[in-house]
Amino acid sequence: MSNYVFIESRDPFDSPDCSFLADTAAALKNRGNTVTVFLVQNAVLGARKQAHKSVLPQLLESGVTILADDFSLRERGIQSDECQSAIKTASIDQLVDLIVQENTKAVWH
Amino acid sequence: MAEKKLTIAIMDAPYEKASTITAMRIVSAALTKGIDVNVFAYEGAVNLAMKEQAPHANPVKGTTVEQEEHPTTKEFVRSLLELGKSNPQLTWVNCGLCVDERGAVNVVDGVKRGSPADFLKMANESTNTLVIPTK
Repeated sequence: MSNYVFIESRDPFDSPDCSFLADTAAALKNRGNTVTVFLVQNAVLGARKQAHKSVLPQLLESGVTILADDFSLRERGIQSDECQSAIKTASIDQLVDLIVQENTKAVWH
Repeated sequence: MAEKKLTIAIMDAPYEKASTITAMRIVSAALTKGIDVNVFAYEGAVNLAMKEQAPHANPVKGTTVEQEEHPTTKEFVRSLLELGKSNPQLTWVNCGLCVDERGAVNVVDGVKRGSPADFLKMANESTNTLVIPTK
């Protein structure tokens, strides 16, 4: 089994192919891999509780870990308590730690 | 592979996308952790290090160059190379063909000229490789 780190940078309301990333992440998790989705830039817009059409709640249900970049949240004036409670705020340092683990595939979208 | 090393490929030209800044934040964070980093700048990303870039005033706000503190990507590249000048080390390679196409020859000190073959070598020698494509 492998570690997968998907770095999602796109606004889910602007880029419908974000759902393809979510489907891929969930499928990899279902096959027993460790999967993390790191939201950065406009992708953090989908982390808000008010983002009703976001696919992230279903992704959380599949067991994928979702992290949201603290810098991107601050830039957009989004407080952590506005986000889905299971989505954790993380720093870019944590992303580096994740992608330099052995047996890890890092995919940017 | 005892020491950790990260290779990042970037492709976007300066002042276009937030991805460039995110890539630089990743490079900075990795170097600060003592991780060696390779950057392979491809296509428009070779312009990031162009030496002639100059900050500008903001006539709309009426601010001077000094007040505006307009950041240039060449300064970001220069400061990252300073951070990674020895241990940890940052190796920044611009794709030579992309440089020639764009006339992006005059770049900040420390930026090297290479080819996609260098990117392959970097990737093979790294703990992991992250490709940040254009949309």
